[in-house]
Amino acid sequence: MSAIAANADHAVTADHPVLAVRGATKRFGSVLALDDVSIEVRRGEIVGLLGDNGAGKSTLTKCISGVHQLDAGAILLDGAPTQIRSPADARFAGIETVYQDLALFDNLTPGQNFFAGRELAWPQWLPRGLRFLQQRRMDTETRVLLANLKVTLPRLDAVVAMMSGGQRQAIAVARSTVFARKVVMLDEPTAALGLRESRQVLNLVAALRDQGNAVILITHNMEHVVELADRAVVLRQGRKVGELVPTKDNKQELVSMIVGA
Amino acid sequence: MPETGNTGTTLGDTALPASRKPEAVPGLALGLMLLSAGPVVILMLLIAVLSFLSPYFLTGRNLSNILAQTAVISVVAMGQHLVILTRGIDLSVGSNVALASVVGALSFHAGAPAIAVIAVMVGCGAAVGAINGLFYVFGRLPHPFIITLATLSIAKGLALQLADGRAIPGMPDAIDALGREAVWGLPGSVFVVAGVAAVLFVMAKTMVWGRWIYAVGGRPDAAVRMGIPVSWVLVSVYVISGLCAGIGAVILAGRTDAGSPLFGNLLELDTIAAVIIGGASFLGGRGHLGHALIGALMIGVIRNALNLLNVNVFFQLIVIGVVIVIAVESDVLRNYLEGRVRVMQAGRQS
Repeated sequence: MSAIAANADHAVTADHPVLAVRGATKRFGSVLALDDVSIEVRRGEIVGLLGDNGAGKSTLTKCISGVHQLDAGAILLDGAPTQIRSPADARFAGIETVYQDLALFDNLTPGQNFFAGRELAWPQWLPRGLRFLQQRRMDTETRVLLANLKVTLPRLDAVVAMMSGGQRQAIAVARSTVFARKVVMLDEPTAALGLRESRQVLNLVAALRDQGNAVILITHNMEHVVELADRAVVLRQGRKVGELVPTKDNKQELVSMIVGA
Repeated sequence: MPETGNTGTTLGDTALPASRKPEAVPGLALGLMLLSAGPVVILMLLIAVLSFLSPYFLTGRNLSNILAQTAVISVVAMGQHLVILTRGIDLSVGSNVALASVVGALSFHAGAPAIAVIAVMVGCGAAVGAINGLFYVFGRLPHPFIITLATLSIAKGLALQLADGRAIPGMPDAIDALGREAVWGLPGSVFVVAGVAAVLFVMAKTMVWGRWIYAVGGRPDAAVRMGIPVSWVLVSVYVISGLCAGIGAVILAGRTDAGSPLFGNLLELDTIAAVIIGGASFLGGRGHLGHALIGALMIGVIRNALNLLNVNVFFQLIVIGVVIVIAVESDVLRNYLEGRVRVMQAGRQS
């Protein structure tokens, strides 16, 4: 019943999209943040989600992760329309999100962060909040997980407030690998990092894909898109304006799609 | 400090001379350690100094007296501590104690047995707490200050109304026993405090609920996104705080053999002070039960000592205020030092 071992259940061969968004529309007052956007992601695939600031990238991910609800349109998981009313729903459905602000608890340790909201606890018949923490099991799984991902942290019993930006980013990405079963969305995971730290995070993103997850990667960095993404979807002013396979040669085309020139 | 394996490398954008950092960190770590041990050290020093200043201070009778006098603050401060952990505040605890004691006294005079009187008091406290929590969360109030200020007023008014403005003497013998000496020269109330502390310690430390309290206090928006039922966690801490106020009412009623609408006056300030002086962070998410207990004890010791030394009662208020300022400033200093450690870590990371 290891939470990490559960990742092995992926049927990597399936060719149907594990996540499909159809006609997503979202308004904030008079602002049309998303206008009839459709995207699909398959297992073992990284889709780059590109666009200028305010293009609707974060809104789209927040709708998929249950922070916002779509005004119109549908979200299909493994082909079945799925209602995602809250972040808890999304995580329950196997969708993990690495938020731009990391959503880490500064006052908790890396291990406590990994299992926040998903604590390993017993006995099962009690309501979730009244169960007793299986701290040792969580500590062990944390060590195994970090070793597998080749993430080194100075110490596991210190709170993450004491850790550097790169370490914190690695913790946030690693957390998504603990429970991701279908989809992982990463919102600018390398935005605030130096070269070496970015590399480590990109390796983690590749590891998520290799586990059989469908990965949505939001980034402004064209190099990363060309290197990692199997497809790139471009949003502009809430609309999907293009989709292509990114290569070194069409980088310029991507950029002009993003800025609309 | 932690071994990062590769202390020589620096990242391009945080480059500082690598050789300076490792030696700078231990100093910071020492400062942080001193700050976190601060309240205990200060309490020890206080006790040491006072036993020189007054021959009566370190007598068994006086120490037992201090424990008896701090029992109510201790119990209620443990509840307040849970609320403060979630970045909240419960201003209603003092009035809640008064209302619970009055309701208890009335139920005793209506013929209720001791066990029912205790249940009525604790239940009354928990009910006020539930009102606080439910209005704060589901009434979408911007801050618990507002609703608990309202229930401070309502509970006080209700207690005065029900008791007709006077203390109601008479409590069941089982409750009065809490005020009397039980074992080892200690009053029964001390064992109630210990029992509540043990239960809350186990709940906060070993149950998922406890972990959620720290998560909610550490970062409420992230707690929502991680699927933690934040609303119910918040309601639960106000219920527990009210419950602790109810237990406080039982102890106070036992010591005085009465219920009174004047009980618990300014207890909200004493308990908040205890939590902060004890070393929990007012910013939420940091601290443990020990902090609330140490803080309560420190307030008890300061009051007791100033009494023994014949210091003017008004001066006590000033001293406790000054101690609060020192405690809050050391929390600020701790946050600053941690920020420094983080910068160092960034530089040391490979």
